Amino acid sequence: MASLGIDVLFKGTNFLRLLQGLWVSIEISLISVVLSIFLGLVVGVLMTVNNKILHAFLKVYLETVRIMPQMVLLFIVYFGTTRVFGWDMSAESSAIFVFTFWGTAEMGDLVRGSIKSIPIIQFESAWALGMDKLQTYFYIILPQTVRRLIPLSINLITRMIKTTSLVMMIGIVEVLKVAQQIIEANRKTSPNAAFGVFLVVFLLYFIVCWPISRLAAYLEKRWA
Amino acid sequence: MSELLKVTHLHKEFGPNVVLKDINLSVKKGEVVVIIGPSGCGKSTFLRCLNGLEEIQSGVITVDGLPVEAGKRDITKLRQKIGMVFQSYELFPHKTVLENIILAPTKVQKRTREDAVKEALELLDKVDLVDKKDYYPRQLSGGQKQRVAIVRALLMHPEVILFDEVTAALDPEMVHEVLETMLALAKAGSTMLIVTHEMEFAKAIADRIIFLDKGDIVEETEDVKGFFAEPETERAKKFLKTFAYE
Repeated sequence: MASLGIDVLFKGTNFLRLLQGLWVSIEISLISVVLSIFLGLVVGVLMTVNNKILHAFLKVYLETVRIMPQMVLLFIVYFGTTRVFGWDMSAESSAIFVFTFWGTAEMGDLVRGSIKSIPIIQFESAWALGMDKLQTYFYIILPQTVRRLIPLSINLITRMIKTTSLVMMIGIVEVLKVAQQIIEANRKTSPNAAFGVFLVVFLLYFIVCWPISRLAAYLEKRWA
Repeated sequence: MSELLKVTHLHKEFGPNVVLKDINLSVKKGEVVVIIGPSGCGKSTFLRCLNGLEEIQSGVITVDGLPVEAGKRDITKLRQKIGMVFQSYELFPHKTVLENIILAPTKVQKRTREDAVKEALELLDKVDLVDKKDYYPRQLSGGQKQRVAIVRALLMHPEVILFDEVTAALDPEMVHEVLETMLALAKAGSTMLIVTHEMEFAKAIADRIIFLDKGDIVEETEDVKGFFAEPETERAKKFLKTFAYE
């Protein structure tokens, strides 16, 4: 059997570099996910508010995010804004901005759906006890929303982690970019490296995403 | 004579449908009023108007002399005076029995946790549920859930409690335990407004019967036994007949 080309990773600091690249991906997705969860909760609650203007505005936001490929958003923010608005954003900040912009919209929509799935009479039950709107949301509705949200948002979170592979297009050296660099640097000595290295990258993504789905399954069971 | 709850010329409609027309009612402290009537006659809607869960188109509702107005800021203060128990219990599924009960007293009325827990346990003991205090609602039977819901309403020390078909969703063998709890409350002097389809229970607990049909009070009497034996109106007679088998 031909060599799988995994041996390349044991040369010099190659594997360490790959892990450093992975950390860049994780860092960008982690910050974006955390920001998206908090902003998404706010946006989701706003989406349930009965206000036509707010409703239309959020609808446009959500649809824009859904229609626009993430890569186009990345290009607009990183390359576009620098000259037009004079914003000097680093590639990492641009990536976090775009991923949060995307994540907030999608998370907001999931939050909206989860809130809507809670029966009105749960609100009424809280109101009948003298709770005001804020207390009702804080103690009754949001805790139940979060429980319903977990399995839905895990899908979004893993998608966000996977999509960070796009950020190499704006020059960020994340795991996939490092993998490419290693493969190209060893093209002569290990022509098969593309298979082995990308296989390892696949495994690394798996190692990151799998525990998240397990956690979701565990929480879903515990809160069922 | 202290008048606790007063309803004058209440008018309620959902779009083109008039649900309640010109309802007048006054309830004294300690009185138990049972509202009966065919499905869709507006009895549940009437209860929901009383604590501002439904907006009314005209008329005035006062509790302790204060007007109940849905959507107003003061409504949360008024609702503390008006307890409500729902057909579907509506416990909070993410909280234990004890947490369900002490949530509003500690967060809304700002009572200390110790004080609320102490009273909650006393009341749970009265309904034989003290050993279930750390259970989640999904681990309880319907009858147990409903008794917890009653305790939850009681801990707010309401002036009047509204019961909206609280046994309608229960299995027959669980109806009794809930009704016993309510009878005990009535004996202890609570002011209650009860919507129910349990006629025997109505006969046992009511100080006054109100027969509602098509959004109208058709018959109202303090002669409870007399009403069930021989109601005055044809509509009430027809309604009561639907419960008899011969």
